[in-house]
Amino acid sequence: MSKILVIGQQAEGKLNSGIAKVVSAAKAVGGEIHVVVFAADGSAAAAQAAAIDGVTKVIQIDRAENDHGLAVIVEPQIVALAKTGYSHVFAAGTTFGKDLLPRVAAKLGVQQVSDIMAVHGATSFDRPIYAGNAILTVEAPAEPCIVATIRLASFQAAGDAAAAAPIEKQTLDVSLPTHTRFVKLEAQKSERPELQSANRVVSGGRALASSENFSIIYSLADKLKAGVGASRAAVDSGYVPNDMQVGQTGKIIAPELYFAIGISGAIQHLAGIKDARTIVAINKDPEAPIFEVADYGLVGDLFTLVPELESKV
Amino acid sequence: MKALVSVKRVIDYNVRIQVKPDGSGVVTDGVKHSVNPFDEIAMEEAVRLKEKGKITEIIAVTVGGAKCEETLRTALAFGADRAVHVKVDEEIQSLTAAQALAAVFKKEGTEIFFLGKQAIDDDAAQTGQMVAALLDLPQATFASKVEIDGGKATVTREVDAGLETLEIDLPAIITTDLRLNEPRYLKLPDIMKAKKKPIEVVSLADLGVTAAAALKRVKVATPPKRSKGVMVKTVDELVTALKGKGLI
Repeated sequence: MSKILVIGQQAEGKLNSGIAKVVSAAKAVGGEIHVVVFAADGSAAAAQAAAIDGVTKVIQIDRAENDHGLAVIVEPQIVALAKTGYSHVFAAGTTFGKDLLPRVAAKLGVQQVSDIMAVHGATSFDRPIYAGNAILTVEAPAEPCIVATIRLASFQAAGDAAAAAPIEKQTLDVSLPTHTRFVKLEAQKSERPELQSANRVVSGGRALASSENFSIIYSLADKLKAGVGASRAAVDSGYVPNDMQVGQTGKIIAPELYFAIGISGAIQHLAGIKDARTIVAINKDPEAPIFEVADYGLVGDLFTLVPELESKV
Repeated sequence: MKALVSVKRVIDYNVRIQVKPDGSGVVTDGVKHSVNPFDEIAMEEAVRLKEKGKITEIIAVTVGGAKCEETLRTALAFGADRAVHVKVDEEIQSLTAAQALAAVFKKEGTEIFFLGKQAIDDDAAQTGQMVAALLDLPQATFASKVEIDGGKATVTREVDAGLETLEIDLPAIITTDLRLNEPRYLKLPDIMKAKKKPIEVVSLADLGVTAAAALKRVKVATPPKRSKGVMVKTVDELVTALKGKGLI
């Protein structure tokens, strides 16, 4: 039977909301599901993990060095734990999980399965490749252990447990490196929602024709409380900075509502928005490929239509 | 200080990916390939640090088949001084690539290693972290700012919660994110000059690397397609439709 170790990512006493989704993926594999919380004091996060349906045990490892969840600090502890008979080690496909888990896989001498989007069995999984333009099914060797990150957008969160799972405090005799030091964490300062987590996103393309003209995109976004993105063409033309780029070579996003304005719909842009729930496209070219994937298309001059849209939403 | 930069040959980001009808993979024959865009950012960062006098030599490295030579030539045109081609004919996966890259890093006595945060073909985002683990070295992934001072690097990372800054001792592994820099356009004289720069070819065996057990690729499939929606004539019609769906 499988025995799955889920890395209970937490920050400041709060378990990451993705962990309930990782537990769902673990339930699809079946077997014992243990969540391990690494923190300076993980009591609160451990209690939250114990309340997730499907979790059979929570392991709480308190150690001052665990405070900032650095990959180089947590990895040796996970490796020590994984060697005590776990068949799977799962982490959320967050920046934390992506930073951490390949280290664990390398130390255990196994390939990692990144971004699991479907579970077919204990050793068989689907994962996206080419920015989701193809889906790869892999069969992972069961021995010594399967190490994988879970694509959170693909799983529903597990519900609340009828009764909390037991919490076990453990100490691991592992020496930790001092070559990596946490300096600071700055939360995003922008008033606008962060592109990758925003429910609504408004993106502009090359048709905006200048960085000044991008103001109509910002203005519409602010009215809709939306994040702001751009096509690679707009970035390459110097209208906006690179970190606003949406697409295969930029950010891959999945908002509820996406506006593609003056964006033709190059392959690499479409790869970044394919999981958007609803896509609205405004473009003067009725033949633009973006209309092939848009749920609502509007042909016309964006410099007239966007301000009009802003005034009416 | 010597820097190592890895570059991977991938299908160009502008190509429409086609899955082979037999599900064995994606069509690569006759398809335009380029340097992985995140690796270009890694290359650019190393070149900028060399221009600032922080790095004395840049070595480009790739793991792959014969065609990867052109990828190394691009890296040399960017400003790498020389290149190492770990030549493998069969498909290899992240851990094996990481073992080879770690071996080159050690052999060359490099102190800093830049890699793209992920390759846009397999999207695995593992190799840099694996190299760091195999060498027991610090890592700073998803870097958006890198400062090198003495034996240390201060790296700002793009994480879900915002921007995290780490101080790491060198030698170290850094994987590069989009915001770090904007790679330069290559100029013809640099491309010409790159043709004369040396590329050393080595095998996995030369590096003492045995391929790690692989994940079996069972099949590759096309994802479900988005269906074409409706065309609206006016902004009013659009607003009504969006309101009707409770989207605004």
